Amino acid sequence: MSYEITLMTTMAISVLFALSLNFITGFCGQISLGHAAFLGAGAYTSAMLSKADVPFLFTIPAAAICAAMLGAIIGLASLRVRHDFLAITTMGVGFLFVGIIRQQDFFGGEIGIAGIPSSGFGKGGFMLICIALALTFAAFSLYVRRSWMGFVFKSIADNEDVTRVLGIDVSRYKLIAFIIGTGTAGVAGALYAHHFRFVGPDSFGFVESISVLAMVIVGGIGSVWGVIFAAALLSVLPMLVQFIDDYKLLFYSGLLFAMMRFSPDGIAGLCTRLFSYIPRRVPDNGGNNR
Amino acid sequence: MTEILHVRDVTVRFGGVYAVQNVDLRINNGELIGFIGPNGAGKTTLMRVITGIVQPQSGRVFLQGVDITDKATHLRIRAGLALAQQIVQPLRALTLLDNVAIACGSDKTRHALKSMWVTDIRSERAQARELLARVGLSHVVDELPGTMPLGYLKRLEVARALALNPRLLLLDEPLAGLSQKEAASLADLIATLNADGQTILLIEHNLREVMRICPTLYVQDNGKSLAFGKTDQVMSDPNVRNAYLGVGHA
Repeated sequence: MSYEITLMTTMAISVLFALSLNFITGFCGQISLGHAAFLGAGAYTSAMLSKADVPFLFTIPAAAICAAMLGAIIGLASLRVRHDFLAITTMGVGFLFVGIIRQQDFFGGEIGIAGIPSSGFGKGGFMLICIALALTFAAFSLYVRRSWMGFVFKSIADNEDVTRVLGIDVSRYKLIAFIIGTGTAGVAGALYAHHFRFVGPDSFGFVESISVLAMVIVGGIGSVWGVIFAAALLSVLPMLVQFIDDYKLLFYSGLLFAMMRFSPDGIAGLCTRLFSYIPRRVPDNGGNNR
Repeated sequence: MTEILHVRDVTVRFGGVYAVQNVDLRINNGELIGFIGPNGAGKTTLMRVITGIVQPQSGRVFLQGVDITDKATHLRIRAGLALAQQIVQPLRALTLLDNVAIACGSDKTRHALKSMWVTDIRSERAQARELLARVGLSHVVDELPGTMPLGYLKRLEVARALALNPRLLLLDEPLAGLSQKEAASLADLIATLNADGQTILLIEHNLREVMRICPTLYVQDNGKSLAFGKTDQVMSDPNVRNAYLGVGHA
């Protein structure tokens, strides 16, 4: 049973992490290639606070705030640049984060931080907390997509310049998406730290950023259900299949390439096309935002 | 008459080339001004100065008496401008109805954080339906833009601009690329909008339609103001004829 609990906990953390990137990349169309840095910021914050005897539950908001603040700084600096440049900037931030962590004894340097105290809720209780947080953020994502904010995100993802000409403060919306997404990655980081009870620089590198991007793209950019499915599946695959664990970057990159080539809208798109063969009545107003 | 727009002594230089030089333009409430000039006259540059995409080296732009020269594009739109672009740019993931509805909801999208708490879109969609009907697209409201012909997308641009309830509507070559019949019909629509009280600045190459619907013309050539006044007077001006037809044809 203990193994299943570990699997479920890993899945829930990955789902939360992938949904946090989906908020930025899927909803708002901003590609981030350094999202693991925000997971790391949350994980280190939570780990260090826990080592200083701060109760686990209090470290979660602290991790969120720390990651969101980092996100806000990077967002303010880089969201004014357009489209692909954000991908380059965030990739740089990802490398910078690992570089800094690696060099500073304060963060445990190369060795990382081990012996993080347990959450205090037992394995089962911790799993339930992870699942509850992932589901809460999934519900929040679904809600936002139906709101006017989601409507504007969709428009920005479609065409930033047109959205601006409609009188919408595009930079502000992008910044909010970035802060919410990075803050949530921080929460996932806090859970990560208490799940593995160890954090080290290698856990938050480029491979992790690409892995989470693969989850979002394989699931279907912007689709909450697709991303949940893909994150749950791809997070446990390396645990079940040794080959995938050994060649993680190759596997995820190959998967990314295959998806981009054959189904750019991911599993969600595949399902939509499959179900569209079944004739049904489409509601008059498209069913959106009702 | 209330002054809506005043472009005061604006100069734009790209490197050593003057795209717009000491241009002065005033538009009053309720006017429909045709803005013409040969290729390279600086028409689009001046339009971009008005919308804030290009910053002038000197000069100011006033909208309803307020200096908007240093304001970002989205703030100018909120201040009462709306633009239908020369190259149609529909939001391809949204239906025609939602393309217009998002513009109708400008009150709801003004504050980013507040927009998270509002989900009701019914009134904006109803308004969007009316606007699409007004531009003659009521039969395709639920279609995606990707499947629509250019003429429809040009009308969509106009509907989306109207949805912002602008004091001044800027139309950048709305008739370009349309057949003669489509152009005439869209020109009729522009004239009707003006008759209903909409102030419009119309950049257009289609002289026939411009002369037919615009009572006033503003002509620019080589970045400089060439003429401004009643359409028939401007068109009989030898300088304007020279600019269009070359020296010797005036």
